[in-house]
Amino acid sequence: MLINLIVNDQPKVFLCKPGDFLLDTLRENNYLSVRRGCDTTNCGVCTVLFDGKPVPSCSLLTVKAEGHHITTVEGIQEEADKMGKLFGAEGADQCGFCNPSIALTVYALKKELINPTGLDVKEYLVGNLCRCTGYIAQERAIKSYLGDKS
Amino acid sequence: MINLLVENFLKPKTLEEAYDMLISNKKNMVIAGGAWIKLSIKNVLGLISLDDLNLNKIEVKDDSIEIGSMVTLREVELSNHLNELYDGVLSSAVHKIMGINIRNLATIGGSVMGRFAFSDIYPPLLVMDTKLVFYKQGEISLSDFLANPKMEKDILLKIVIKKEEGRGFFKKVATTPLDFAIINIAVSKTLAGFKICLGSTPYIGALAKDAMIFINSKKVINEEVLDKTVELVLGELKISKNVRASKTYKEELASVYVKRGIRKVISDVN
Repeated sequence: MLINLIVNDQPKVFLCKPGDFLLDTLRENNYLSVRRGCDTTNCGVCTVLFDGKPVPSCSLLTVKAEGHHITTVEGIQEEADKMGKLFGAEGADQCGFCNPSIALTVYALKKELINPTGLDVKEYLVGNLCRCTGYIAQERAIKSYLGDKS
Repeated sequence: MINLLVENFLKPKTLEEAYDMLISNKKNMVIAGGAWIKLSIKNVLGLISLDDLNLNKIEVKDDSIEIGSMVTLREVELSNHLNELYDGVLSSAVHKIMGINIRNLATIGGSVMGRFAFSDIYPPLLVMDTKLVFYKQGEISLSDFLANPKMEKDILLKIVIKKEEGRGFFKKVATTPLDFAIINIAVSKTLAGFKICLGSTPYIGALAKDAMIFINSKKVINEEVLDKTVELVLGELKISKNVRASKTYKEELASVYVKRGIRKVISDVN
């Protein structure tokens, strides 16, 4: 079947089966920044924004996204660059596998929460695992990013 | 890559159409948010979407709050009306379920219909006055729904919580924020009395009715009453060991948190 999605503000038509998950559809169509981690609704590495809200793409059927906006990290390039530099400066990068998903979730957080506390930030990121770091350097980088008004 | 075989994805425009699709073949099923679908089923003939049926609203009525079955857990968590009900007992429970990304996908209706024993939403819903409204069978209390796992196929339209002046307490005990509860505990108090509920014991949430009758017959709540209440809770609700903890440990947690819950709901708000 053919499904219409708006990916990073571009209207797209994808060929898929009714049981396909968005993660698979996106990866088959070369959106390779969307990563497969646990594939069981746990780790958050496959996070994309669905109408601006973070969701695990491994568990959203592509057919259910018909007509909706999907944002991958390529869709927030400028903000992702800023975050990347701040993550680098704090030594928060190791393997980088989770970075696109964390960047998207932090971007959604910045849009949604007004003056979040440190605890608000931690709670917002509970569903995004990073297997390398202890999160402390990431917290510092995220704090700098949230303070950035540019 | 986990494959799900769906023969047809069905998008009914009316409830009647959806219901007819559901009962027309026993291999057809409803999808809500879909957060559990790849972990619970392998193949389905007709997967029925409720996305176009206007079931995604929280409505405040004179004496109740009605949560549409397709309202996401994140929307439940953020609702000011639910935050004010029973000290926000439902909102605080939902807040601790997985991460925000999953809560943006999972719905309250899917969580209720899933009958997941580990669920954190049954205890807070059970200590409030909660009814389920189905398309065909109409109103059914949440306790009756849980007591009857063989209920015939139907479509959940909304969850109706009676608005009452009440206090509430909820505690999820888990090893990590992403893990299921070792046990969860909810307590409430209204003019009508206390309600006490354990969930994830590892059995599905249930009210401790004997303990409730006992404590509600007492005018003064002292240590002796608390001890007897806990004894009755542990006597009537089934608790077993599982991969997360031993039976003794769960009983100890239940004792401590039932008492804390009761103390909280009779304490001054400030």
